[in-house]
Amino acid sequence: MVGNNMSKTGHKKYISLYIGIIILLLFPLVLPRFYIYLLSIMLLYGLAATSLNIVLGYGGIFQFHHAVFYGIGAYGTALVLTKTGFSPWLGFIIGPLVSAALSLIMGIICIRLSKLYFGMLQISLGSLIWAIVYRWYSFTGGDDGIHGIPIPELLQSPNGAYYFTLIITIISLWLMYRIIKSPFGSILQGIRDNPVRSEMIGVNVKKHQLLALVIAGFFAGVAGMLFVVVDNTVFPDMMFWTLSLEILIMCLLGGLFSFFGPLLGASVIVALRTFVSTFTVYWALVLGIIMMLVIFFLPNGILGYVDEIIRRKSRTEIVKG
Amino acid sequence: MDFIYSVISPGVLSQILVGLSRTVILFIVSSGLSLILGVLRIPNVAHGSLYMIGAYMAFSISHVFGGSDMGFWLALVGAPLGVALVSLIAERGLFQYLYEREHLMLLLLTFAVSLVFGDLVKIVWGAEYKSVPVPQVFQGFVLLFGNLPFPRYNTFLLVMGPLVAVALWLIVNKTKIGKISRAAAVDREMVDAVGINVSWVFGMVFVIGCLLAGLGGALVAPTVSVTLGMDHTLIIEAFLIVIMGGLGNIWGALLGALIFGLTQSLGILIWPQFGIIFPYTAVVVVLIFRPTGLLKSTW
Repeated sequence: MVGNNMSKTGHKKYISLYIGIIILLLFPLVLPRFYIYLLSIMLLYGLAATSLNIVLGYGGIFQFHHAVFYGIGAYGTALVLTKTGFSPWLGFIIGPLVSAALSLIMGIICIRLSKLYFGMLQISLGSLIWAIVYRWYSFTGGDDGIHGIPIPELLQSPNGAYYFTLIITIISLWLMYRIIKSPFGSILQGIRDNPVRSEMIGVNVKKHQLLALVIAGFFAGVAGMLFVVVDNTVFPDMMFWTLSLEILIMCLLGGLFSFFGPLLGASVIVALRTFVSTFTVYWALVLGIIMMLVIFFLPNGILGYVDEIIRRKSRTEIVKG
Repeated sequence: MDFIYSVISPGVLSQILVGLSRTVILFIVSSGLSLILGVLRIPNVAHGSLYMIGAYMAFSISHVFGGSDMGFWLALVGAPLGVALVSLIAERGLFQYLYEREHLMLLLLTFAVSLVFGDLVKIVWGAEYKSVPVPQVFQGFVLLFGNLPFPRYNTFLLVMGPLVAVALWLIVNKTKIGKISRAAAVDREMVDAVGINVSWVFGMVFVIGCLLAGLGGALVAPTVSVTLGMDHTLIIEAFLIVIMGGLGNIWGALLGALIFGLTQSLGILIWPQFGIIFPYTAVVVVLIFRPTGLLKSTW
């Protein structure tokens, strides 16, 4: 869907993209500190949601516990930064790599199952990891988590952290976009639409799905690493099941089958959460109602809806012409 | 009774009994979840919230009667019925329109409902801890196996478990609605075609399943502090039990609850700090060797 639009109106789309990036780069000059922090959070959640969309939207795999990889990426980074003498910059790479490795191990165990069973086994493995992190006081800080993680001086100011997050997010999104547009991405979507047929024409279904899981796990880990940079803390709730569902909602709200949908969905959810939380403690209630409305009236998400309107318009134009 | 202690130490034995009474709660809640999964194919995340609502309702009813024994028995009946009413409204108002949607959507919808329920509980009952008194009859200890002191209330739970299991077996196998629902689980359209209103049968099954969640909540209330967030841990445990036992299989839920409850209580004995790991590991091991659960799934 989106792919076709991209190639038809490629230049136009890219120009708006460049303008968007420039605006994002200029924000710290005009916006107060708090909003810069908020933008960083939006970006990293957008990255986490986009990485989920690779397996869920494009791969059709029921990745129900994505937050584990996000959390492990954050914990991996935080532990390298606090417990070892390595350069923090090395920690920023190790965190996501640990996520990718975990994703591979969990993938090998889970991939034999399909759909709901896959999701459920993943939830149980993820809960196991959560339980270990939650209890291992001496190593992970238990339910308190780790606070005041020392990060390089360059990234300590909100603006430094913001620029770092922005650059890493843009690079990651670009890489994921290239992956989706590559032959590998096409095969992945083929597997999603018809796994049996893909198997028949000689595609190694499990291997491709596993690779997609590892890629998604890695970029979720990158998002977790960025959280450490922005917030300097980690806590076990970062890998609790409910966060996974929240990331799922972000994807659903923005649009599961569009590349930028999850980014949009994450921004909307994070912005709403901040906005709503200023005058009520019942954010979960508001989120629940929003979710119900989305499931009933916008099953394809915001971008899916926009897409539909555009197509309807062009169709009526063709009829008129 | 000494021969028992020559095989097994009193500490382990009492821990097994504690695990068994935990199993009863887990079984009651997850059998309801399994029933809904098997017949309606809804992975009902809101099930945990209904369990929590059941516990809070039990608190309120028992509170009205000043913590008397009368209040406890009324709570045991009233809280599940209250939860059933809540679930009936949710089913008729929301879920019945979505039976044909894919699982992901259903999962997210029920999660949305659980978020709303969670905050509604916060609005109605506040965020403080609540405690439900153990009724006078069940206070203190009984001596099991000669001289092993065991809380009376837990003994009551151990009796309740088999009772609920038998009742559930009768409902599923001997009543008309049970038979229709089993048929509908296999082939919904066919049941529809012979002139049965499947939508209402589904509604009934959903309400029965949720009633069990409420009963579980009411039963657990005197043993724990009733608090927000008690739904989150329980729903994961219930889901794992159902998956471990085989989706939709009530006896699978019983088996899963046994494994989960016992590994949990014995795990704490073996390795206090990481006792929590054992039940999860058990689930993973079971699923690695039997990917679709221990018993036959209705899916």
